[in-house]
Amino acid sequence: KSKEAEIKRINKELANIRSKFKGDKALDGYSKKKYVCKLLFIFLLGHDIDFGHMEAVNLLSSNRYTEKQIGYLFISVLVNSNSELIRLINNAIKNDLASRNPTFMGLALHCIASVGSREMAEAFAGEIPKVLVAGDTMDSVKQSAALCLLRLYRTSPDLVPMGDWTSRVVHLLNDQHLGVVTAATSLITTLAQKNPEEFKTSVSLAVSRLSRIVTSASTDLQDYTYYFVPAPWLSVKLLRLLQCYPPPEDPAVRGRLTECLETILNKAQEPPKSKKVQHSNAKNAVLFEAISLIIHHDSEPNLLVRACNQLGQFLQHRETNLRYLALESMCTLASSEFSHEAVKTHIETVINALKTERDVSVRQRAVDLLYAMCDRSNAPQIVAEMLSYLETADYSIREEIVLKVAILAEKYAVDYTWYVDTILNLIRIAGDYVSEEVWYRVIQIVINRDDVQGYAAKTVFEALQAPACHENLVKVGGYILGEFGNLIAGDPRSSPLIQFHLLHSKFHLCSVPTRALLLSTYIKFVNLFPEVKPTIQDVLRSDSQLRNADVELQQRAVEYLRLSTVASTDILATVLEEMPPFPERESSILAKLKKKKGPGTVTDLEDTKRDRSVDVNGGPEPAPASTSAVSTPSPSADLLGLGAAPTAPAGPPPSSGGSGLLVDVFSDSASVVAPLAPGSEDNFARFVCKNNGVLFENQLLQIGLKSEFRQNLGRMFIFYGNKTSTQFLNFTPTLICSDDLQPNLNLQTKPVDPTVEGGAQVQQVVNIECVSDFAEAPVLNIQFRYGGTFQNVSVQLPITLNKFFQPTEMASQDFFQRWKQLSNPQQEVQNIFKAKHPMDTEVTKAKIIGFGSALLEEVDPNPANFVGAGIIHTKTTQIGCLLRLEPNLQAQMYRLTLRTSKEAVSQRLCELLSAQF
Amino acid sequence: MIKAILIFNNHGKPRLSKFYQPYGEDTQQQIIRETFHLVSKRDENVCNFLEGGLLIGGSDNKLIYRHYATLYFVFCVDSSESELGILDLIQVFVETLDKCFENVCELDLIFHVDKVHNILAEMVMGGMVLETNMNEIVTQIDAQNKLEKSEADK
Repeated sequence: KSKEAEIKRINKELANIRSKFKGDKALDGYSKKKYVCKLLFIFLLGHDIDFGHMEAVNLLSSNRYTEKQIGYLFISVLVNSNSELIRLINNAIKNDLASRNPTFMGLALHCIASVGSREMAEAFAGEIPKVLVAGDTMDSVKQSAALCLLRLYRTSPDLVPMGDWTSRVVHLLNDQHLGVVTAATSLITTLAQKNPEEFKTSVSLAVSRLSRIVTSASTDLQDYTYYFVPAPWLSVKLLRLLQCYPPPEDPAVRGRLTECLETILNKAQEPPKSKKVQHSNAKNAVLFEAISLIIHHDSEPNLLVRACNQLGQFLQHRETNLRYLALESMCTLASSEFSHEAVKTHIETVINALKTERDVSVRQRAVDLLYAMCDRSNAPQIVAEMLSYLETADYSIREEIVLKVAILAEKYAVDYTWYVDTILNLIRIAGDYVSEEVWYRVIQIVINRDDVQGYAAKTVFEALQAPACHENLVKVGGYILGEFGNLIAGDPRSSPLIQFHLLHSKFHLCSVPTRALLLSTYIKFVNLFPEVKPTIQDVLRSDSQLRNADVELQQRAVEYLRLSTVASTDILATVLEEMPPFPERESSILAKLKKKKGPGTVTDLEDTKRDRSVDVNGGPEPAPASTSAVSTPSPSADLLGLGAAPTAPAGPPPSSGGSGLLVDVFSDSASVVAPLAPGSEDNFARFVCKNNGVLFENQLLQIGLKSEFRQNLGRMFIFYGNKTSTQFLNFTPTLICSDDLQPNLNLQTKPVDPTVEGGAQVQQVVNIECVSDFAEAPVLNIQFRYGGTFQNVSVQLPITLNKFFQPTEMASQDFFQRWKQLSNPQQEVQNIFKAKHPMDTEVTKAKIIGFGSALLEEVDPNPANFVGAGIIHTKTTQIGCLLRLEPNLQAQMYRLTLRTSKEAVSQRLCELLSAQF
Repeated sequence: MIKAILIFNNHGKPRLSKFYQPYGEDTQQQIIRETFHLVSKRDENVCNFLEGGLLIGGSDNKLIYRHYATLYFVFCVDSSESELGILDLIQVFVETLDKCFENVCELDLIFHVDKVHNILAEMVMGGMVLETNMNEIVTQIDAQNKLEKSEADK
């Protein structure tokens, strides 16, 4: 049947139905139903239905179930939320809700949940909670009411008032009817995400419910047992609900939950009760959710290791679905401190998956996981595998892989020649997918690291020899030879003239921006190699340049030619001086990947990894600002084509002379600072060994932190989340440094928008510079108006001395030699204290690494002891630190010894670290 | 939550669409086409999950699907749903259809649009799972049928 024939047929039918509806004869119930069904089907096929709405609304008020039902169906499918009919519909719904006829109530609730408009929320958000918790409501209506309320909460959270009903909803978790429990769990999960305090009691109820399900025999739950698995959907929902909260504090509840999780893990090892795929699906749905919860809690090393092993088994399972999910879960597991190492053991399997999986979805997950498990130890292998996969990768995921390779290569480069090789390979293999950011970045890095410049020049020169090379390579090559071509000019095979001819042979094949860049390279050559000046002047003078139709090219040619003829060598040398190092910044590639994948996924991987100090810009200090301004001679300010990267460092680094003055710029009133919020001390301690997490939370406000430190500099992102549905006004966060702290720690930030919308999150960036060692922590004071009341919160900001640690690896001999050198009594501080947490070796190791020092294995003759070494970087000095932690399991005590060259530093580090165990 | 439930045949003709988030009529049709395009080009025996198309919300969403004879059943869900759980839910849906229509086939879906919607309504509401117990669902549907019959007899 052709398309036209179909349209013709449908138009005929529509005309027929229209005439029936308009006709004088009243239609009987059956015909009405028949025609409405036809309309629904026509709509499904993608044709507009512009009539029948009124008829449907009329059906709602019928007393016959059949008619009412078809009316509601038509409205749920065809009426969108801004229809003018909503008022009429609402009226009918109101009647049905009040009818106490469970079938009619069900229909009405379904309709609300389908349309879910704001008008409906206004009309019914107050009513439905009552239906939900009333004692005499039928189970099926309760189920519907719970999900209906959830839908309204999603569309209009401000219209659903929290109140007495919330505690009664929580108790639905104990309901006899598992359908009711399932619906209620969905509702509570969503509500709890926004109002965690209000629904805190649901944790213990959910745990006991879950425990009853997992320990039940497969026949106990009758119809809710699905292929021998007791209530799988409900178990999944309960486990999701628990993921809204941290591990339960009550040891009894916690113990019970651990037992549940262990039981679920144990069951995975039992032989299947059925060969049906439904059985294993249901069982594994629960298992994966349990593993998610274990990863979310990230607190029981034992469970984490078991989870990791279980996922490892699935990686090799013959079911593709399980391999897919295992790769996905492992990605999150890789970012946990406890299990990162365990995940790494599966590297061969994952690489194999990348090579052999037939399904692109699965290969994509394998790429994600390789990215997540990458660290310095395996980076060369992973990057090499990704590069070789790139040659055959699906087009849809190439760009992402390119970004990932570029980031990993930069992040874990120990040897920058490797980095340069990797990026050039990347351009060679997938040039079209290499975005601007990637090649900007390689140039920034080469400019900032003088140890790699010669190598880079040699390598690009060789790469450019290829008869066909990608334009991106010409850009990189042009730029690098323009800056550092002199480093290889001594070799007769790459003499200045040969370099020039090589670049110029590509010139005519390139687009305008690349040609512009090459012209800049040529003028740089004039300065670097006076002997090629006549050749280059000839090129610039040719008609194809001086009279080029493109205004930018023409202008460059004219100006450069003029510059090369009139300027003295001195002026040329100054104007065309080597580019100054770029200021440190977040990798533009990372920003791009974040944008591509959504902020959550990438940052988490980045920040929770324990490797710091890997940014390549870390090496050289910023150049003096004076040399930078003159390196741009022409009006085309982006002389060297680096559009996104400013050619001059963005202002001199914050001077220490100004002390902390800048800190207070946005608090205009002499504000009264609130006393420190209760509990903030605990949270503060948690941040000593990690950089990200929630610093503070109350009913209204959540403060989250993400921070990164490198040498004596750091950056902290503070996220202020408004947990209410109402605006915060005059929102002013202030950083306060005490007089003692001010000269030693420089903090800079910008004011945030004084209005924070309900449910919104605002971000503030604090740039940190450690000038000298310090002991106190700055205080973050936040003041705002919420409703009519003034709120004032103060918390300590976890910027501690150990953040400026750089780990130092050393052998046993070196360690003890230095240890002896620091034997002066003022240099040593020792603390003996009782363990506050279980004494677990892996946890302790993770904490020491998190603290920032290197963890030195096989250094201490007693293997139970931990030793670490690192250097604290401040602007004025660097302080070497050695530490040794001796646990005594019997006594549950620790002895911690710190030796540094400065007493105050030893003292402070000892204080900070002692509180961690 | 479940963003949409789509059924279409091997040629991409829609047989059921239910959206749990408001989309315009044109967008709905585009989503169906886009989803068909994504799902139909996949081999048999690959995994049942893939990242959602741009229209439905990009990679934050997953398409979870099963292919039965001439029909594709596709659920578009966000990250809060368990993939395997949804896969089983599709199975429950199909088994229930099978019970209610006695060996369901594509024609049943065409001639009983309303019934299919009613069955779905017993399982999923506002994008959340309402009931997973097949016996309970079938009981409800039987009760509806009886009610209809009694009204027709009057």
